[in-house]
Order: sequence, then structure tokens, then C-alpha cells
Amino acid sequence: MPSLKDLRNRIASVKATQKITKAMQMVAAAKLRRAQEAAEAARPYAERMDAVLANLAVAFEGRDDAPKLMSGTGSDQVHLLVVATAERGLCGGFNTNIAKLAREKARSLIADGKTVKILCVGKKGYDALKRELGQYVLKTVDLRSVKYVGFTDADEIGRDILGMFDNGEFDVCTLFYAKFKSVIAQEPTAQQLIPASFEVEENTGNNGAQPVYEYEPDEGEILADLLPRNISVQVFRALLENAASEQGARMSAMDNATRNAGEMIDKLTISYNRQRQAQITTELIEIISGAEAL
Amino acid sequence: MAELFQFELVSPERQLLSEQVSEVVVPGTEGEFGVLKDHALFMSTITPGILKVRREGDSWDEYFVRGGFADVAAGGLTVLAEQAVPVGEISREQLDQAIKNAEEDVADAKDDATKQRAENTLAQLKDVVEALSKA
Repeated sequence: MPSLKDLRNRIASVKATQKITKAMQMVAAAKLRRAQEAAEAARPYAERMDAVLANLAVAFEGRDDAPKLMSGTGSDQVHLLVVATAERGLCGGFNTNIAKLAREKARSLIADGKTVKILCVGKKGYDALKRELGQYVLKTVDLRSVKYVGFTDADEIGRDILGMFDNGEFDVCTLFYAKFKSVIAQEPTAQQLIPASFEVEENTGNNGAQPVYEYEPDEGEILADLLPRNISVQVFRALLENAASEQGARMSAMDNATRNAGEMIDKLTISYNRQRQAQITTELIEIISGAEAL
Repeated sequence: MAELFQFELVSPERQLLSEQVSEVVVPGTEGEFGVLKDHALFMSTITPGILKVRREGDSWDEYFVRGGFADVAAGGLTVLAEQAVPVGEISREQLDQAIKNAEEDVADAKDDATKQRAENTLAQLKDVVEALSKA
């Protein structure tokens, strides 16, 4: 049975923790709004890019001279997994979920006899993967010093990936991140970057009546120019989604923690009061029985 | 009075412009081209340079753009640029950074065609910087 003093100390300590989690929740809420705005502002660019590429891709479907970034290298022996996570913890299952998805994929690839290489963006992903898959991790990109993800950060990662692809270091590249659905729901997602896959829009009704575009330089060169850019754009989009998801996950995790701390304080206060009363009663009994004995 | 059409200038980070304009001059890879209302469907990559926009009246707005493409569709013109900054706001460091990147591209180029393209970009960029620093 803890003494009164112990209980008092525990209540004080839980209260301090609650203050911290509460503050973190509010900070996350403020950051979430910014992250969400950034993600929304980036959407038009990515959408236009998708539309144009899908248009161009149709023209190259099945052709031999299609760029390798689109058609692939013709093999799927070496896989590069880009795992984008947060730099900080204390955000619920956010990092764990992404890492879990990546780990399962890596396991099944290894079981199929494929070679796996991993590029971690964010320290927490590396921490989660290093025990089992540490030998496959090529490097970790540290975005710790970056406060708000800019396109240049994504571009660097994109160039990295492209450089490795050009050197023939992998055949298929998959990007792992968490899609932001709402504050309480973030969906870990695996997206194939290379070879690029496009959702070709079915424009029913005006098939065959595709407007005739003039290209300068020709389609092939435009496609060759755009595909590498598209990698950076996709990475950028993933990083922004991730940033919003991270703050959302942290917000709900900290909300939970604050509530749990509140419950704990209530419980501790009750047992503190009970014990205090019991002590008073004991003291009274001692005094009365002492008086009676006289 | 020239007729107006919809023009959008988008960078990965945000949408800079979305409005009705009367004329836009875009620095295309194979030369500058002007776009007026009802331009033929056209798509071109862009090189680093100055994009000029004319709204109603005769005032021109200038933007520094780098890397991307212009898409003239039935609905109007969309320019997607990796970097797009109003000329008045651009800083010396940003330009220096762009030049540094271009120089790295030249050094990294593996085949002649890529190298040629990277060198063109670099030369273009230097011209622009020179023109801007004079102004």
C-alpha cells in the first residue's frame, strides 16, 4: 500500500505528463492545419502532371522505344523500397504501420527470391526496420532539420532514386507512405514509382476524337523530360501526405494520452482521499480507546 | 482590345496564378512563343527564362520560371514549372542555386545528347541572370 506521500507525488507527476501531452496535442493541431494546406496547394500540380502523362503514355503503350521509366527494365529481380516515415515518435501507430507494410512487402519479395534494397526517408522508419532488414538498408535520408517539406527536399530524393535507376541498381521502385484520410484515419499505402503506372481515363463517348496536339519537341522527348520530374513530384506529394498524416496521428494519440492521464488522476485522487480518511479514523480510534482506558 | 483566356501558373508548392489574361509569352525549349486566345492545341517543355503575362490593358507581369512544361488546351493555357517566382521577388541566392544545379547537370550528363541539353539550359540561365541583374 503506497503511503500518502507517494500518492501525492504520483498525482503530481501524472498531472505534469498530462500538461505535456495536452500541449503536444495543440501543437500538432496547429501544424496539421499548415500541413493540410500545403498538401492541398500541391494538388493542382500533381493532378495536371498525371493528366498530361496519362495522355502521353497512351501514345507509347506497347511501343519498344517507350522510356524505361515507363516500361521498366524488363526484369523485376531487384526491388527498391522507399520507406517514408516521420522523424519523431509519439504519434501513435503512424510509423509502425508504414514500417509494417514495408516489412511485409520485403518479406514476401525475399521469399520469392528477389533482391531487396531499402531507402529510408525519416529516422523512425529506419529504427523500425533495422533489426530485421538492416542489412538491406542502403541509406537513410534525414529530414530532421527541415521544418516544412519543400519541393527541393523531394527533388533531391527523386534525383537520388533516378541516379540509382540509371546505374541499373534496381528494376522496380515502390514508395511507402501514409495517405491522409482524416485526423483519425491514415492509410499506409504502397505506390509503385518505377515503372510508372498511370490510370488512363476512360473518356467514353469521344473515343477516337482525341484532340490533335502539337508537340514541341516531339512526344518522346517531352515524355523523357517529364517522367523524371514526375518521380520528384510523386515523392513530394507522398512527403506532404505523410506530414499531414503524422500530425493527424500525433493529435489523436496525444488526445488519447491526455484523456488517459485524466482518468488516472481521478483514480489516484480517490484512493488518496480514501487513505487519508482511513488514517484519520485510525487516529480517532486510538485517541478514544486511549481515553476509555483511563 | 484582345480577348481574354484562362491562364494558370502552377508550381509544385502552390498555384501562383489562375486568372483571365490577354496574352502570355512562354520561354519554350525551342524558342519563345506567345499565346493568345484560341491558340491551337500545343504542348512544349520550357527552359529557364522569363514568362511574361499581359492582363487587360498593357501592363506586363514577369515571372522567372524553371523546368516544366506549358500545355495549351481548349480551356486555356497551363504552365507547370518546378520553380516560378515573380521577377520582383527573386533573390540572388535563388539564381545562384539554379546555376549551380545546372552546372551539376552538365557535369553529371552521361551521353552527348543529355550533355548538350544541360549546356543549353545553363547558357540560357546565365543569359537570364545577366538580363535580370542589369534591370
